[in-house]
Amino acid sequence: MQDALGVGVAVGLSGFAFGVTSAGSGLTVLQTCALSLLVFTGASQFALVGALAGGGSPFAAAAGAFFLGVRNAFYGLRLSQLLALPRAVRPFAAQWVIDETTAVALAQPTRRSVRIGFTVTGLSLYVLWNLTTLLGALGAEAIGDTAVWGLDAAGPAVFLALLAPMVRTALERVVAGLAVVLGLGLLPVLPAGVPVLVAALAAPVALWADGRRRGRTESVGARDAAEEKR
Amino acid sequence: MNVWIAIGVTAVGCYVVKLVGLLIPAGALERPLVQRLAALLPVALLAALTAQQTFADGRLLVLDAKAAGLAAAAVALLLRAPFLVVVAAAVVVTAGVRAMSG
Repeated sequence: MQDALGVGVAVGLSGFAFGVTSAGSGLTVLQTCALSLLVFTGASQFALVGALAGGGSPFAAAAGAFFLGVRNAFYGLRLSQLLALPRAVRPFAAQWVIDETTAVALAQPTRRSVRIGFTVTGLSLYVLWNLTTLLGALGAEAIGDTAVWGLDAAGPAVFLALLAPMVRTALERVVAGLAVVLGLGLLPVLPAGVPVLVAALAAPVALWADGRRRGRTESVGARDAAEEKR
Repeated sequence: MNVWIAIGVTAVGCYVVKLVGLLIPAGALERPLVQRLAALLPVALLAALTAQQTFADGRLLVLDAKAAGLAAAAVALLLRAPFLVVVAAAVVVTAGVRAMSG
Protein backbone atom coordinates (compact mmCIF):
# COMPACT_ATOMS: atom_id res chain seq x y z
CA MET A 1 0.00 0.00 0.00
CA GLN A 2 2.78 2.38 0.93
CA ASP A 3 4.58 1.32 -2.24
CA ALA A 4 1.49 2.10 -4.29
CA LEU A 5 1.31 5.55 -2.72
CA GLY A 6 5.02 6.13 -3.36
CA VAL A 7 4.63 5.08 -7.01
CA GLY A 8 1.61 7.38 -7.33
CA VAL A 9 3.44 10.40 -5.92
CA ALA A 10 6.49 9.77 -8.12
CA VAL A 11 4.39 9.35 -11.26
CA GLY A 12 2.25 12.39 -10.46
CA LEU A 13 5.33 14.50 -9.95
CA SER A 14 6.98 13.29 -13.16
CA GLY A 15 3.75 14.00 -15.00
CA PHE A 16 3.81 17.55 -13.71
CA ALA A 17 7.52 17.88 -14.54
CA PHE A 18 6.81 16.54 -18.03
CA GLY A 19 4.00 19.05 -18.58
CA VAL A 20 6.27 21.90 -17.51
CA THR A 21 9.26 20.64 -19.55
CA SER A 22 7.19 20.03 -22.66
CA ALA A 23 5.53 23.45 -22.55
CA GLY A 24 8.93 24.99 -21.80
CA SER A 25 10.30 23.24 -24.91
CA GLY A 26 7.77 25.09 -27.06
CA LEU A 27 5.03 22.47 -27.43
CA THR A 28 1.43 23.64 -27.04
CA VAL A 29 -0.79 22.39 -24.20
CA LEU A 30 -2.68 20.25 -26.74
CA GLN A 31 0.52 18.67 -28.08
CA THR A 32 1.79 18.05 -24.56
CA CYS A 33 -1.44 16.33 -23.51
CA ALA A 34 -1.58 14.33 -26.75
CA LEU A 35 1.85 12.91 -25.92
CA SER A 36 0.80 11.77 -22.44
CA LEU A 37 -2.48 10.30 -23.72
CA LEU A 38 -1.05 8.52 -26.77
CA VAL A 39 2.55 7.66 -25.86
CA PHE A 40 2.17 7.07 -22.10
CA THR A 41 5.74 6.08 -21.33
CA GLY A 42 7.56 8.82 -19.46
CA ALA A 43 11.20 8.52 -20.53
CA SER A 44 10.23 8.44 -24.23
CA GLN A 45 8.10 11.56 -23.81
CA PHE A 46 10.89 13.48 -22.06
CA ALA A 47 13.35 12.35 -24.74
CA LEU A 48 11.04 13.46 -27.54
CA VAL A 49 10.39 16.99 -26.25
CA GLY A 50 14.09 17.36 -25.37
CA ALA A 51 15.12 16.38 -28.90
CA LEU A 52 12.52 18.68 -30.48
CA ALA A 53 13.65 21.57 -28.27
CA GLY A 54 17.23 20.92 -29.44
CA GLY A 55 16.10 21.41 -33.04
CA GLY A 56 16.12 17.75 -34.03
CA SER A 57 14.21 16.45 -37.05
CA PRO A 58 10.88 14.85 -36.10
CA PHE A 59 12.08 11.42 -37.20
CA ALA A 60 15.40 11.51 -35.33
CA ALA A 61 13.53 12.72 -32.24
CA ALA A 62 10.92 9.97 -32.59
CA ALA A 63 13.62 7.33 -33.12
CA GLY A 64 15.30 8.19 -29.80
CA ALA A 65 11.94 8.05 -28.02
CA PHE A 66 11.12 4.75 -29.74
CA PHE A 67 14.35 3.04 -28.66
CA LEU A 68 13.69 4.07 -25.06
CA GLY A 69 10.23 2.51 -25.38
CA VAL A 70 11.56 -0.83 -26.63
CA ARG A 71 12.03 -2.05 -23.04
CA ASN A 72 8.22 -2.15 -22.73
CA ALA A 73 8.15 -5.07 -25.20
CA PHE A 74 10.17 -7.10 -22.70
CA TYR A 75 7.81 -6.12 -19.90
CA GLY A 76 4.89 -7.21 -22.08
CA LEU A 77 6.53 -10.57 -22.60
CA ARG A 78 6.74 -11.18 -18.86
CA LEU A 79 3.24 -9.83 -18.24
CA SER A 80 1.71 -11.84 -21.07
CA GLN A 81 2.53 -15.10 -19.29
CA LEU A 82 1.28 -13.84 -15.91
CA LEU A 83 -1.90 -12.09 -17.07
CA ALA A 84 -2.90 -14.74 -19.64
CA LEU A 85 -5.27 -12.28 -21.31
CA PRO A 86 -7.61 -13.27 -24.17
CA ARG A 87 -6.16 -12.09 -27.50
CA ALA A 88 -9.05 -9.64 -28.03
CA VAL A 89 -8.25 -7.81 -24.76
CA ARG A 90 -4.50 -7.46 -25.40
CA PRO A 91 -4.67 -4.37 -27.69
CA PHE A 92 -6.47 -2.52 -24.88
CA ALA A 93 -4.14 -3.67 -22.12
CA ALA A 94 -1.03 -2.85 -24.19
CA GLN A 95 -1.07 0.90 -23.54
CA TRP A 96 -0.58 0.25 -19.81
CA VAL A 97 2.50 -1.94 -20.20
CA ILE A 98 5.07 0.34 -18.52
CA ASP A 99 7.73 0.22 -15.77
CA GLU A 100 5.37 0.80 -12.85
CA THR A 101 2.51 -1.55 -13.81
CA THR A 102 5.04 -4.30 -14.53
CA ALA A 103 6.72 -3.83 -11.16
CA VAL A 104 3.37 -4.03 -9.32
CA ALA A 105 2.04 -6.97 -11.35
CA LEU A 106 5.24 -9.03 -10.98
CA ALA A 107 5.04 -8.64 -7.19
CA GLN A 108 1.59 -10.30 -6.95
CA PRO A 109 1.22 -13.92 -5.77
CA THR A 110 -1.82 -15.15 -7.79
CA ARG A 111 -3.17 -14.69 -11.33
CA ARG A 112 -6.23 -12.93 -9.97
CA SER A 113 -4.15 -10.44 -7.98
CA VAL A 114 -1.77 -9.98 -10.93
CA ARG A 115 -4.73 -8.97 -13.08
CA ILE A 116 -6.19 -6.70 -10.40
CA GLY A 117 -2.77 -5.14 -9.65
CA PHE A 118 -2.11 -4.49 -13.34
CA THR A 119 -5.56 -3.02 -14.00
CA VAL A 120 -5.74 -0.82 -10.90
CA THR A 121 -2.18 0.48 -11.32
CA GLY A 122 -2.65 0.98 -15.07
CA LEU A 123 -5.91 2.87 -14.76
CA SER A 124 -4.94 5.06 -11.83
CA LEU A 125 -1.52 5.94 -13.25
CA TYR A 126 -3.03 6.70 -16.67
CA VAL A 127 -5.51 9.14 -15.11
CA LEU A 128 -2.88 10.63 -12.78
CA TRP A 129 -0.21 10.98 -15.47
CA ASN A 130 -2.55 12.79 -17.86
CA LEU A 131 -4.03 15.08 -15.21
CA THR A 132 -0.64 16.13 -13.87
CA THR A 133 0.66 16.62 -17.43
CA LEU A 134 -2.22 19.03 -18.09
CA LEU A 135 -1.57 20.86 -14.80
CA GLY A 136 2.15 21.11 -15.58
CA ALA A 137 1.55 22.43 -19.11
CA LEU A 138 -0.97 25.02 -17.88
CA GLY A 139 1.31 25.88 -14.96
CA ALA A 140 4.25 26.46 -17.29
CA GLU A 141 2.19 28.85 -19.42
CA ALA A 142 1.21 30.77 -16.27
CA ILE A 143 4.82 30.84 -15.01
CA GLY A 144 6.22 32.13 -18.29
CA ASP A 145 9.99 31.62 -18.51
CA THR A 146 10.51 28.18 -16.94
CA ALA A 147 14.31 28.62 -16.94
CA VAL A 148 14.13 31.37 -14.30
CA TRP A 149 12.63 28.84 -11.89
CA GLY A 150 15.20 26.18 -12.76
CA LEU A 151 12.46 23.97 -14.21
CA ASP A 152 14.58 23.12 -17.26
CA ALA A 153 16.68 21.03 -14.84
CA ALA A 154 13.68 18.79 -14.04
CA GLY A 155 13.97 16.77 -17.28
CA PRO A 156 17.62 15.72 -16.90
CA ALA A 157 17.07 15.13 -13.16
CA VAL A 158 14.25 12.70 -13.99
CA PHE A 159 16.56 10.89 -16.44
CA LEU A 160 19.29 10.70 -13.82
CA ALA A 161 16.87 9.29 -11.24
CA LEU A 162 15.71 6.64 -13.75
CA LEU A 163 19.29 5.84 -14.73
CA ALA A 164 20.81 5.53 -11.24
CA PRO A 165 19.25 2.18 -10.23
CA MET A 166 20.17 0.69 -13.65
CA VAL A 167 23.91 1.32 -13.23
CA ARG A 168 25.26 -1.33 -10.88
CA THR A 169 27.90 -3.44 -12.67
CA ALA A 170 31.18 -2.38 -14.28
CA LEU A 171 29.72 -3.12 -17.73
CA GLU A 172 26.77 -0.82 -17.07
CA ARG A 173 29.14 1.94 -15.94
CA VAL A 174 31.20 1.53 -19.11
CA VAL A 175 28.06 1.74 -21.27
CA ALA A 176 26.86 4.88 -19.45
CA GLY A 177 30.28 6.54 -19.67
CA LEU A 178 30.74 5.71 -23.36
CA ALA A 179 27.23 6.97 -24.13
CA VAL A 180 27.93 10.29 -22.39
CA VAL A 181 31.17 10.76 -24.36
CA LEU A 182 29.46 9.91 -27.66
CA GLY A 183 26.35 11.96 -26.89
CA LEU A 184 28.30 15.10 -26.01
CA GLY A 185 31.27 14.64 -28.36
CA LEU A 186 29.16 14.17 -31.48
CA LEU A 187 26.70 16.95 -30.61
CA PRO A 188 28.57 19.73 -32.47
CA VAL A 189 29.25 17.65 -35.59
CA LEU A 190 26.07 15.61 -36.26
CA PRO A 191 22.49 16.80 -36.91
CA ALA A 192 20.40 17.29 -33.75
CA GLY A 193 18.85 14.08 -32.43
CA VAL A 194 21.38 11.82 -34.17
CA PRO A 195 24.12 11.83 -31.47
CA VAL A 196 21.73 10.14 -28.99
CA LEU A 197 21.08 7.37 -31.51
CA VAL A 198 24.83 6.87 -32.04
CA ALA A 199 25.31 6.89 -28.26
CA ALA A 200 22.81 4.00 -28.02
CA LEU A 201 25.41 1.93 -29.92
CA ALA A 202 27.47 1.99 -26.71
CA ALA A 203 25.22 -0.86 -25.51
CA PRO A 204 25.93 -3.43 -28.28
CA VAL A 205 29.59 -2.32 -28.56
CA ALA A 206 30.23 -2.79 -24.83
CA LEU A 207 28.36 -6.10 -24.86
CA TRP A 208 30.46 -7.34 -27.78
CA ALA A 209 33.74 -6.20 -26.14
CA ASP A 210 32.68 -7.84 -22.88
CA GLY A 211 31.91 -11.10 -24.69
CA ARG A 212 35.35 -11.11 -26.34
CA ARG A 213 37.09 -10.30 -23.07
CA ARG A 214 35.30 -13.13 -21.28
CA GLY A 215 36.12 -15.58 -24.07
CA ARG A 216 39.82 -14.68 -23.92
CA THR A 217 39.92 -14.80 -20.12
CA GLU A 218 38.45 -18.27 -20.11
CA SER A 219 40.91 -19.62 -22.70
CA VAL A 220 44.06 -18.08 -21.22
CA GLY A 221 43.05 -19.11 -17.76
CA ALA A 222 43.91 -18.11 -14.23
CA ARG A 223 46.65 -15.56 -15.01
CA ASP A 224 44.27 -13.16 -16.79
CA ALA A 225 41.57 -13.75 -14.21
CA ALA A 226 43.99 -12.73 -11.46
CA GLU A 227 44.85 -9.57 -13.42
CA GLU A 228 41.18 -8.80 -13.82
CA LYS A 229 40.75 -8.81 -10.08
CA ARG A 230 43.60 -6.35 -9.63
CA MET B 1 3.50 20.45 -38.13
CA ASN B 2 6.85 18.81 -37.46
CA VAL B 3 5.89 18.43 -33.83
CA TRP B 4 2.67 16.60 -34.72
CA ILE B 5 4.59 14.27 -37.07
CA ALA B 6 7.01 13.46 -34.23
CA ILE B 7 4.10 12.88 -31.82
CA GLY B 8 2.32 10.60 -34.30
CA VAL B 9 5.39 8.51 -35.13
CA THR B 10 6.36 8.18 -31.46
CA ALA B 11 2.82 7.26 -30.38
CA VAL B 12 2.48 4.53 -33.02
CA GLY B 13 6.01 3.19 -32.43
CA CYS B 14 5.70 3.08 -28.65
CA TYR B 15 2.26 1.46 -28.79
CA VAL B 16 3.41 -1.19 -31.24
CA VAL B 17 6.39 -2.27 -29.09
CA LYS B 18 4.08 -2.56 -26.06
CA LEU B 19 1.62 -4.68 -28.05
CA VAL B 20 4.36 -6.84 -29.58
CA GLY B 21 5.45 -7.90 -26.09
CA LEU B 22 1.95 -9.11 -25.27
CA LEU B 23 1.36 -10.86 -28.61
CA ILE B 24 4.53 -12.74 -29.49
CA PRO B 25 4.96 -16.24 -28.11
CA ALA B 26 7.02 -16.58 -24.94
CA GLY B 27 10.59 -17.60 -25.59
CA ALA B 28 11.09 -15.55 -28.74
CA LEU B 29 13.01 -12.83 -26.88
CA GLU B 30 14.31 -15.05 -24.08
CA ARG B 31 17.81 -15.42 -25.55
CA PRO B 32 20.35 -14.15 -22.97
CA LEU B 33 22.11 -11.83 -25.43
CA VAL B 34 18.83 -10.15 -26.44
CA GLN B 35 17.85 -9.74 -22.79
CA ARG B 36 21.20 -8.19 -21.87
CA LEU B 37 21.07 -5.81 -24.84
CA ALA B 38 17.52 -4.78 -23.89
CA ALA B 39 18.70 -4.00 -20.36
CA LEU B 40 21.74 -2.02 -21.54
CA LEU B 41 19.99 0.04 -24.23
CA PRO B 42 18.10 2.29 -21.76
CA VAL B 43 21.35 2.77 -19.79
CA ALA B 44 23.08 4.16 -22.89
CA LEU B 45 20.12 6.30 -23.97
CA LEU B 46 19.39 7.75 -20.53
CA ALA B 47 23.08 8.51 -19.89
CA ALA B 48 23.44 10.32 -23.22
CA LEU B 49 20.16 12.21 -22.74
CA THR B 50 21.03 13.29 -19.20
CA ALA B 51 24.40 14.61 -20.36
CA GLN B 52 22.96 16.40 -23.39
CA GLN B 53 20.09 18.05 -21.57
CA THR B 54 22.51 19.24 -18.89
CA PHE B 55 25.46 20.42 -20.97
CA ALA B 56 24.00 21.29 -24.37
CA ASP B 57 22.40 24.47 -25.62
CA GLY B 58 21.31 23.58 -29.13
CA ARG B 59 24.48 22.20 -30.71
CA LEU B 60 26.84 24.04 -28.36
CA LEU B 61 28.29 22.55 -25.19
CA VAL B 62 27.81 24.84 -22.20
CA LEU B 63 28.49 24.74 -18.48
CA ASP B 64 25.74 26.65 -16.69
CA ALA B 65 23.50 26.54 -13.62
CA LYS B 66 21.92 23.25 -14.76
CA ALA B 67 25.23 21.46 -14.12
CA ALA B 68 25.07 22.56 -10.46
CA GLY B 69 21.43 21.41 -10.32
CA LEU B 70 22.31 17.98 -11.70
CA ALA B 71 25.20 17.68 -9.25
CA ALA B 72 22.69 18.35 -6.46
CA ALA B 73 20.40 15.65 -7.88
CA ALA B 74 23.34 13.21 -8.00
CA VAL B 75 24.15 13.91 -4.35
CA ALA B 76 20.48 13.38 -3.45
CA LEU B 77 20.55 10.03 -5.30
CA LEU B 78 23.71 8.96 -3.47
CA LEU B 79 21.95 9.76 -0.19
CA ARG B 80 19.07 7.54 -1.37
CA ALA B 81 16.62 10.43 -1.32
CA PRO B 82 13.14 9.81 -2.76
CA PHE B 83 12.39 10.74 -6.37
CA LEU B 84 10.59 13.93 -5.34
CA VAL B 85 13.62 15.23 -3.43
CA VAL B 86 16.01 14.39 -6.29
CA VAL B 87 14.07 16.42 -8.85
CA ALA B 88 13.35 19.23 -6.36
CA ALA B 89 17.07 19.49 -5.51
CA ALA B 90 17.94 19.93 -9.19
CA VAL B 91 15.27 22.58 -9.74
CA VAL B 92 15.97 24.59 -6.57
CA VAL B 93 19.77 24.59 -6.97
CA THR B 94 19.53 25.54 -10.66
CA ALA B 95 17.19 28.43 -9.86
CA GLY B 96 19.39 29.48 -6.93
CA VAL B 97 22.60 29.54 -8.96
CA ARG B 98 20.86 31.50 -11.75
CA ALA B 99 19.48 34.01 -9.24
CA MET B 100 22.93 34.51 -7.68
CA SER B 101 24.78 34.83 -10.98
CA GLY B 102 22.15 37.33 -12.14
